[in-house]
Parts: sequence; structure tokens; C-alpha cells
Amino acid sequence: MTDNTTATGGTDYTAVDFSPLVELFGDEVVTHSLVRDIPLSDGRTLALLTLDNGRDHTRPNTLGPLTLLELSTALDDLNARAGRGEIHGVAVTGKPFILAAGADLSKVTEIPSRHVGKLLAQLGHHALGKLGTLGVPSFVFINGLALGGGLEIALNADYRTVDATVPAIALPEVFLGLIPGWGGSYLLPNLVGIENALKVIVENPLKNNRTLTGADALDLGIADTMFRSVSFLEDSIRWADGVLAGTITVNRPQLPGKIERLVKWDAAIGIARKTLQNRIGTIATSPYAALDLVKAAKSGTRDEGFTREDDALADLISGDQLPASIYAFNLVQKRAKRPAGAPDKALARPITKVGVIGAGLMASQFALLFVRRLKVPVVITDLDQARVDKGVAYIHGEIATLQAKGRINPDEANRLRALVTGTTDKADFSDADWVIEAVFEELGVKQDVFAEIEKHISPTAILATNTSSLLVEQIGAKLSHPERLVGFHFFNPVAVMPLIEVVNTPATDEATLSTAMVIAEKLKKNAVITRDTPGFVVNRVLAKLLGEAMHAVDTGTPFEVVNGALAPFGLPMTPFELLELVGLKVGAHVLDTHHSAFPDRFFDSTNLHKLAEHGKILERNSKGQVTGFDKGALKIVAGGSAPMTAEQILRRVEDGLADEIKRMLDDDVVHAPEDIDLCMLLGAGWPFQMGGVTPYLDRVGASERVFGGTFHTPMVRGVGADVPADRSALH
Amino acid sequence: MAERTEVVFVDGVRTPFGRAGEKGMYWDTRADDLVVKAITALMERNPNVPGDRIDDVAIAATTQAGDQGLTLGRTAALLAGLPVSVPGFAIDRMCAGAMTSVTTMGAAIGFGAYDLAIAGGVEHMGRHPMGAGVDPNPRFLSERLVSEDALNMGATAERIHDRFPEYTKERSDRFALRSQQKVAAAYAAGKIQPDLVSVATRSDAGWGLATRDEAPRPETTLEGLAALRTPFRPHGRITAGNASGLNDGATACLLASGATAKELGLSVKMKLVSFAFAGVEPEVMGLGPVPSTEKALRKAGLSITDIGLFELNEAFAVQVISFLDHFGIDDDDPRVNEYGGAIAIGHPLASSGVRLMNQLAAQFADHPEVRYGVTAMCIGLGQGGTVIWENPHFNKKAAKR
Repeated sequence: MTDNTTATGGTDYTAVDFSPLVELFGDEVVTHSLVRDIPLSDGRTLALLTLDNGRDHTRPNTLGPLTLLELSTALDDLNARAGRGEIHGVAVTGKPFILAAGADLSKVTEIPSRHVGKLLAQLGHHALGKLGTLGVPSFVFINGLALGGGLEIALNADYRTVDATVPAIALPEVFLGLIPGWGGSYLLPNLVGIENALKVIVENPLKNNRTLTGADALDLGIADTMFRSVSFLEDSIRWADGVLAGTITVNRPQLPGKIERLVKWDAAIGIARKTLQNRIGTIATSPYAALDLVKAAKSGTRDEGFTREDDALADLISGDQLPASIYAFNLVQKRAKRPAGAPDKALARPITKVGVIGAGLMASQFALLFVRRLKVPVVITDLDQARVDKGVAYIHGEIATLQAKGRINPDEANRLRALVTGTTDKADFSDADWVIEAVFEELGVKQDVFAEIEKHISPTAILATNTSSLLVEQIGAKLSHPERLVGFHFFNPVAVMPLIEVVNTPATDEATLSTAMVIAEKLKKNAVITRDTPGFVVNRVLAKLLGEAMHAVDTGTPFEVVNGALAPFGLPMTPFELLELVGLKVGAHVLDTHHSAFPDRFFDSTNLHKLAEHGKILERNSKGQVTGFDKGALKIVAGGSAPMTAEQILRRVEDGLADEIKRMLDDDVVHAPEDIDLCMLLGAGWPFQMGGVTPYLDRVGASERVFGGTFHTPMVRGVGADVPADRSALH
Repeated sequence: MAERTEVVFVDGVRTPFGRAGEKGMYWDTRADDLVVKAITALMERNPNVPGDRIDDVAIAATTQAGDQGLTLGRTAALLAGLPVSVPGFAIDRMCAGAMTSVTTMGAAIGFGAYDLAIAGGVEHMGRHPMGAGVDPNPRFLSERLVSEDALNMGATAERIHDRFPEYTKERSDRFALRSQQKVAAAYAAGKIQPDLVSVATRSDAGWGLATRDEAPRPETTLEGLAALRTPFRPHGRITAGNASGLNDGATACLLASGATAKELGLSVKMKLVSFAFAGVEPEVMGLGPVPSTEKALRKAGLSITDIGLFELNEAFAVQVISFLDHFGIDDDDPRVNEYGGAIAIGHPLASSGVRLMNQLAAQFADHPEVRYGVTAMCIGLGQGGTVIWENPHFNKKAAKR
């Protein structure tokens, strides 16, 4: 396929056959382009194009091939009308609350070839680009949600207004393994300057997909003006009237000038690249593809920029990381909200009071979370009044902090403070419906604590344990009602990490399990139900990885080699950073637990215990950034006699993970590989581009090597990677 | 009696009035949004008015349910972005809702309790058809308190024709035709547009913008009117042509004490002189403005000959004719409804009162020779309402000419 090149170095999209794309998206929910004429002053007319898919706001406008072709035709008509002098401006707006939520990605993982993938990019340019060549000024009134391609509609127009109450404006493509490929990568930096563009295109998507408000869009220079919601469309039309009449002039202080292009542009890209490398490594391809495009946007024509976006998008769509990212996105957006195997919510018991056993840091964090989300009385207890007082004081302090930050108002703060009490008298737990323990991670202690509290609570009160390494069923061995016990495993930090592993023991009854799931949802956490097996999901997978990493160190492999070996995963941190994060003692304990449960598959590490005694592995500067490895730590691990190569380690870890996860699924720890991936995404922050873990293990051949199959059929991977596979980083 | 505080009409706006029903331009627009947009525009047009100085917001609606329920004055104030400290309430006096908002707020200002107030009304007759959800007490009929016709406005208008046989259908039709012609002329002269608030309207065809009233039929002819059917009785007199239609729309105006208007540098378009409401037999509710106007004139110490301009709500042509006839005014007297009336523009029940005032205020500016004007309207179940206004632009020299 050769492209038709235009005089301006771009692609002649009118000569492209888009039919393969249309066929693929056969059942597209089409967002229609509805045009009505609006009378303006002095006899002028504004053609107002409404994007509306005819559904309510729960099904936002999306932009699939039929939508884009309809828009393209509508814009052609308007171009002709402008030529005849019938209209003097064109404005685009959306249905209530929504401009457009971006490209219709529902079929993107079914795209059969790089060529068809490229068509998706080209069709967007073909249609949206017409907003820049109508012969009359074009406006987009950003009346609501504008994500990805939705925002790119606006960027392709000459002028933009924004509603002050728009909840989210963003280019989230990089978060999904894509790049803004319908003009955004070229147009945005040329509208708002290099630094603002990098913020929107690269930084925000990687900050948990942060979005902009209307005011942000105005500040950054994306919108020319902002109006309040109550009369947004009326005011926008009046403003457009003023622009067309020449009574309003638009100032764009953010517009990049010569000096910015000469001096600032490449430097900003360089800084962004370095920051990116430090934060997420170099495995994820889309952020770097975006950086390259934004860099190139410094010079050249719009059409050249569009052609570059076409190629970059085609590469990503046909590569492995996009399908894995979409898979991961769907897991966290959909599967996480409808947990597999969750019993009927109607079985859940109402929770009107919560008891927390323990008043240490973890317990206090639980108490804070429960009181904030459930807004019911929370009573904490510990061995003595001093500890209880300290716990209550901590919680009150956190509430004060929330108030100081303006996250809660004084009334709410008073309400929450009044709900939290401390006691050393277990009788105060008598009317609690949900009691969770966060005491020392030792079986006997937990057994006794529950047996003791059971004397005071009602027979239907639910007991939850936050154990990470013990078997829940054993913790309940001394209970007279073990059916009311459930595992409720949080991840640290409790307020931030979105996952709870809800552990269903053979004794746990449906009402208890249902209550646990409902409570998790009320805590705004995502719960995955696991069987009562060592380490449940996240810790077992991590123990495999960390055990192999420490084993390599123990055999004499340098820390750097281990880190380099695992680099192709693109994990958020190295194994040694992770160990320091969870605490070296805890890490050593987790390895020991898994080793004793599965001695032939999990390594423990004497060195890790020594390192824990020593206190650290990594050398850090005053800002806490890792600068190398601690000399003392290096001394501790010196002396191994059989170092491994990076290739050997990577192979062992990949195959080890494939083997362990296959066993977990065969043992029904969770029902499906999707649940393993969901746990790793939410509980360990494993990257979208890996799809959690199983899509990665399939695509690197580990699954095939280990059990002669794959976790997914068909595999979650691209159709024909023009970019080399993920291994490239190794060499 | 202590000196009364002067009450002034600072400014008034309205949405374009739409035709009620599925094909009307506001079918997919909420009633509360209509009045909110009117209030928003009113505040925008009067930037000297600090929102927190508004003492109350009175908004009328006949059917106070759904998007016309929930204490409209309060909800509309909140939705329009007025400070939370500004109170509000809802009012109902059927067709004279907005007029009653004005008189109630005006009375509060006159008493000295308030300095500034917003008064208006809304009726989305598409979303709230007349009589929907009402449950009249059975005693009305069992005890013959009212006749069956009293609840059907068209039937009450037919009864005026019965009572005054000299008001022929043809006379009604002529009046209606002139209303259409006067509205068309007023639009052409740009008299109506200044007080209209454009409203973005959603429809299956996409967003549009309502900038003009939807109901006027400038192409109307006498022949055409004569051919219309009489839906309230066979061979009757009342047709869709000589009555106001079913409409959607909202109005809002700003009232102030004279001192506050001066303090804030606000425009004074009209001064409130007096007002009155009066009851008549419900079966001939259209006669209501006669006693209410007599009462208001008496309170003001004025006579009908002192009135230089009339804004009479054209619920039915015959009902306006009865008013003019009573006071000895010609059907085509130029002082009456200079810009035409509800027969052409429409009559979204509880919103119409302020439309009359907007038009009278505009005419006052054009007529410095006129000192006093009247806004009056009939009200379902047998009432009339009248407000007498003084023209602040009045000029004795102009009057002598």
C-alpha cells in the first residue's frame, strides 16, 4: 500500500478506501451529526452541528467509522454552503453532558492488519481535519465530557468555548497504549505550547489518568473562553457571533512563539523523556511514541503531522501492548465492578456498627476508611488504654487533615469524629455487625482474639481478618460460628490501593461472603473473591517473582543483573524497591510462608533475613531517589558462586509465573486468568501493557513452554507487530 | 397613613414563547430551565444589581408539579446561580401568576420589607397540559357552585358571546387578525426582540436556538379565520384563531424600591401606581378585568380616561372586546395592545403577566405623552387582575402636543 501524498507533505485522505473499517464496525452505535441553522446578528448564520447518538448520558457519544463518515459528509455539505455564502460559521457541540468520549474502541482489538489499523487513524484525520478547512471559521462548544478523539474534534476547530462544569477533558490515549492520533499530538502543542501539551498528552494519562476541568482547559489555553453551565450554549453562540462580527478578538498567550520552538521545545521533550524513564522505564511504547510526535510537531505542516500520527497509531494498534492495555482497561472498568462469583447482594447483612480489633497503624487506617465510607459508629480496641487513645488520636488527626485540605467540611468532620470511639472493654463490641482484626500476623494470636471477641458479639456479626499469609480457616478454628468468618485482605497504603482480596473459606456462608463484597464496594474498593490458599493471589505471584529475584542474588547474581533481567516486564518498581516498600522483614516473612507451603516451588532467602537485619538494600539520595545499592547490602549478599545471566533469570521468572498461575487456576484459587490479572493490576500496580500478567506470559511463550497452551484463546496480542517484541529492551 | 415606598419596575425579560406539544420548540426543554434562563439573563442585563441584595424570588406556575414543582422561586434562584442567601417561593393564580408575583413583591417593597425582588412565571403547557392532575371538589357541581362550563376556558368565552350578542364572531376574528398584524409589525420594527432571552433548545434534529416566538401567524386572513372550526360548541364563535393558544414560556422581572434603584443606578421603566384583583362568575371568567380595573382605578384615584396605554391579555378576543366595550373604547383603539397580544404571541398561563409589563414598559419609553398605563388580564375560575403603572418618561410638554 502506498500513500497518496499531497503537496503539503500530507496524505490525500479522499483517495483512501475506508470500507474495511466500516465492515469491521458493523454494529456501531452511530453518533449522528445533526445540523441546524442559528440566526446571528446582521443576517449572519451559524450552522450548529450537534453530535448525538440518541442514547442518554450513560452511553456517551463515541466516534466509530460510520460516525466519522457521517461527520465528514456533514462537513462537506457545510463547506459547500459556506462557499455559497449561506453560512458564516460552523459550530460543533454535543448532547447534554457529553461532547464525545473519544474513538469507539470496541473493535480495536479485532483489527485484522496494520493497514486497517492505519485506516482508523486516517479516517479520523479525514473527518476531523475538515473543521480546519471549511472556508468559514469553525467553533467547538465543549459542553461536556471531551476525551481523546472528543477533545481532538475541538482541537481541529479554529475556536473553542468550554462549559465551566465539564467534569473531564483529557487526552487519555497514552494511558491505554495509544497516542492522540486524530490531530491531537500535532495540534495541541501548536496551540498551547510544549509544556502544557506534554502535561495533557503524557503526564496526566500516567498520573492515574488525571483529567482536566473546564477551568483547567481555559488556563492551559485549550479553550478560548469559558461560560457557566446555565446558559452555556446561548453564551457560546453569542460569543461566536461576536468573533464572526469582529467585535471579539481572541488572545492566545499560550501560543508557542519562535523562541519557544527554538529554545524550549527540545529541552522540554528531553526533560519529559528523562522523567518518563525514571517513572515507568522504557518498556511501555505509547508514551515514547507520543513524545516523538510532540517533538516533531515543533515544525512542519499540519498535514505532515497528521501523516506521522497515522503511522504511529498504526504501529501501536498492530503491536502487542495496545490489546493488552485494552484488555486490562476492560478488566478494571467492567470486571472489577461485577466481581466473578459474588453472591446475591440481597443476602448481605446491614452493617450499622464496625468493630476494629487493634489500634495500631493498620487498624487505625481501617477505622478511618470504614468511618469515612460507611458513616457508622466505629469502635477500636487494643490491649491497653494508652494504645487505644493513640489510635483514636491518629484517626482524629487524619480527619483534621482531611478537613484542612477541604476534602470534608467542618460538619462532616464533627460527624466522623463523633463516630470513632476507643475502648478496652470488649463488651462495647456487643452491637457491632462487622468486626475486623488487624493484630499481629500470628495464627495463635488471631485465633485467640477472635475466640475472645465471639463471647461478646451477636451470633450473626461478621468477623473479618486482614491476614496476608495465614489460612483464614485456621484463624477461625476456635470459633463456635466459623461460617461468619471471611478474609478481607487490604493492600498498603489502605486508603490508596484499590484492591481487597475477599477470602472465601470452606466454612464461610453466603451471607457473610455477600456482606464482605457489599462492604468492599461501599469502601470504594474492588474486591476479588479467592479461595483460602497460601498468599491468595497477589502475594503468591509476588512471592514467586521476589523469591526468584532473591534466589538469583543468593546464587551470586549482582542486583543490577537481576533488575536488568526483569526490565522487559516494565513493572512499576524493581524487586528490591518492592521489598523495601513492603518492608524487608515482611518480605522475608512472605517468602518463608510460601516456601513452607510449597517448598519445591518457592525460595526462601537467608540473605533477605540478613538484609532485613541490616535494614536496607538500596542506596538513596536525600530526596529518597535510588542512586545505587547499599554497600552493606552488597557485602551481605557477596559470595554466591553460581551467578545467572539475565536471560536465565528472565526465563526462570516467566516460566515460574506461568507455572504457578496455571496451578492457581487449576486449583481454582480464582476462576479465571482475568481475575489473576485484575488482582495484579489493582493490588500490585502491574502495568496495563502487560495486561496484568497472563497476556504477557502468553505472548512471550512462557505459557506454551510450561504447559503447552495459553491462558487466553486467542492470545491477547497484536496482529502484526512492526515494532520488535518486548525483548528488544534487553539487547 | 405613612408615606408609601415607591415601587419601580426596573427591567423585564422573557423567553420566546413556543407552541406547546411534541412539535413545539420547547418539547425537550424543561420548564424550570426556561425560567432560570430568564432570571439569568435578567441579572446579566442588570449588572449593577448585587445578587445578595435580592430579597425574594417569586415565580408562578399554574401546575406546580414535576419540573414546575419544588417551590419554583427557590429552586430557580439556586439554579440561576443567585446566592444561597436569597429566598424564593412559588405562586399560583392561574393566568395571573406572574402578575401576582409582581403585585406580591411590589407590595412587599411598598411596605418597606424588601428593596429588590425578582418576580416572574413559567408555564410549559406541553409538559403540563391545562387541567392535568386536577381533582375539583365534587361540591362545585353538586351544589351548583359553578356550572360545568366554568372549568373549560373556551366554554366560558362562548358564554360571553351569549351574554353580549352584539359581540359577533366576525368582530372577534377582526380583533384577532389585527393582533397578528400588530405582532408582525412590532417584530419588523424591532419592538419585541429587545426583551427576549434566546434559549438553546434540544430536539431530535440537534440543538437549536429559540430567538422568536413560535406561535404568530402573520399570514392570517379574515377568510382563513372564518373557516376555522369551533371546538367548544358546534356552530360556536370561539376558534383557535381568535383565542390564545397553548404555549410554553417564562418571564422574569426585577422590581425595586425607588430609593434602591437610585442607589444602585438602575433603570426605572415603570412606577407601580396601584393594583387590584376581583372575582366574577366563573362561567364568564373573561369579564374579570372589568371589576379589577375599576377597583385599581378607584384605589389610584384615577379614571379610565387617565389611561394612555393598555396591555390587555388576549386570552380570547371576545373577552378583550368586553373590556373595551365596558369602558367605551373602540376595538381598534391604538392605545390598546400596540404590539399585538396573546392571540398571536401566545399565552403560557402563569408567565404572561410580565410579558404585558415588558411591552407596556417599552411603549412608555416611546410615548412620553402618556402618564398612566394598565396591564390587565382575566383569570380562570372567574377573576380579573389589573396593575396600573406610571410612565417615568412622562413629559407634560409632550402630552400637550
